[in-house]
Amino acid sequence: MEWLFSLAPDFMVDFWNWLPQWIQVLAENLLYIVLIMVPLMLCVAYVTYAERKIIGYMQVRLGPNRVGPKGWLQPIADAIKLMFKEVIIPTNSNKFLFLFAPILTLGPALAAWAVIPFFEGVQLSNLNAGLLYILALTSMGVYGVIIAGWASNSKYAILGALRSAAQVVAYEIAMGFALVGVLMASGSLNLGDIIARQEGGFMSWFWLPLLPLLAVYFISGVAETNRAPFDVAEGESEIVAGFHVDYSGMAFAVFFLAEYANIILIAALTSLMFFGGWMSPFGSMADHALLGDGTHWFILKTMFFIYMFLWFRATFPRYRYDQIMRLGWKVFIPVTIVWLVVEAVMVVMQVGPWAVDTAASVAGA
Amino acid sequence: MTFFEVVFYAFSTLMVVAALGVVSARNPVHSVLFLVLTFFASSAIWLLLEAEFLAITLVLVYVGAVMVLFLFVVMMLDINVTRMREGLMRYAPFGIAIAILLIVQMVMVVGPEHFGLLAFPVPESHAADYSNTKELGRVLYTDYVYAFELASVILLVAIVAAITLTMRRRPNTRYQKPGAQMKVLKEDRLRIIKMKSETIEPENKQ
Repeated sequence: MEWLFSLAPDFMVDFWNWLPQWIQVLAENLLYIVLIMVPLMLCVAYVTYAERKIIGYMQVRLGPNRVGPKGWLQPIADAIKLMFKEVIIPTNSNKFLFLFAPILTLGPALAAWAVIPFFEGVQLSNLNAGLLYILALTSMGVYGVIIAGWASNSKYAILGALRSAAQVVAYEIAMGFALVGVLMASGSLNLGDIIARQEGGFMSWFWLPLLPLLAVYFISGVAETNRAPFDVAEGESEIVAGFHVDYSGMAFAVFFLAEYANIILIAALTSLMFFGGWMSPFGSMADHALLGDGTHWFILKTMFFIYMFLWFRATFPRYRYDQIMRLGWKVFIPVTIVWLVVEAVMVVMQVGPWAVDTAASVAGA
Repeated sequence: MTFFEVVFYAFSTLMVVAALGVVSARNPVHSVLFLVLTFFASSAIWLLLEAEFLAITLVLVYVGAVMVLFLFVVMMLDINVTRMREGLMRYAPFGIAIAILLIVQMVMVVGPEHFGLLAFPVPESHAADYSNTKELGRVLYTDYVYAFELASVILLVAIVAAITLTMRRRPNTRYQKPGAQMKVLKEDRLRIIKMKSETIEPENKQ
């Protein structure tokens, strides 16, 4: 905030100092929230464009290319179209819950960004229990889907909601266990500490010692966001569009935004927990402007994982429902539990990335 | 009134209103959603007490998992509200008597003389880097390790019992065996036969 004061004229600084302290805190935090939210919402809009374009190229099509140069204004045009469409509320449905459900899906996906560190010390809230906070918020998203399904007063919608509820609960356990592995490796729930513990370049990030957990986490993340190949909650070939079959206009658009906001969140979390966040892959060049640590690495890694989501969608056929349940309960949960035991043994024996202490003590002796 | 008190009263009012909603809502799904709101408000009050681990775990476990399953079940129930309300007036005096009894008991146990401000001094506030997750973990795995392990064993037994009670194998159902499917080789299913090429004589082509 200091540099802002040096720029502003005197009367504005005086006015700021005259404000009561709680308004100052509120205004400052609101400013930071806007600084995070505006780029994030723009990213969400352009991930939808990226998805259509990338899948288009993968299927040897052109994708959207009419609105603006190369179709760059397509997301804006979509947004304007959706804003002016009528929101139809089904008869005998609960109006409040029907309209509240999309907000409930979007809210947690955005609120989780409060604890994401963009660079050393650059985060809205340096929460001690940041990892838990993120787990708690990502588990909230399913309410939007369930309530949407129920409030629509439609059989297809409720079938989609039930599928989604069962799927999310199943994969959340595997996801939580995978994050327990990260917690064990870093010894902290604070996201800043988790990144700091991965210092030292590409080979010292957690993806290597926690490889099975990384696979489980990322695939569970895909399942958690109801994306292909786990998109049975929408299942357009079986249950029309699942939980949002009755939504139109802006109410549908908010669901759409929530899906992409969740994708970005999962991609960002994967790069934070397993790929060192804003750490540079070239550990020795930490001070270099471009190759050294910096937010651009975080953005690059996140973009890579977003690309993976789109790639999955273009590649894999949809899972059958019982196979999804089998994968979640009978494959992922045992894999995570076994790897947690392996990791615990590695920590106790001081193998791999936990060998630092022994090396130091040997050098000391 | 300080900011702290404003937050406290806001969330405790919300919690009481939501709790009343749980028991008074006509629709069971609304009751479940009110219960979720109650959990949220109580979690916020725990945050005010600097118990961030407990607060977030409450949201994670109860809101994120348990209540989802609750909602799942309640949504599928076909409840006839009018039939459920038939005996309401007949049972009301009995219910009120039990409620009064419970309230009296609760006041006796958690009343002001046991849990008042005098019995419990204001907890000292900790420094910003104090992690109550770490402190809780330390106490759980040292002082209370036997109780903790016992509780986990009891929960495990409960899980096993619940699964054995509900699991039944229907004899006529055919299951997929993913292991066997993965093990299939080309030789098991495909037979390539060498044979001479044959031509069929066109007999009486028109």
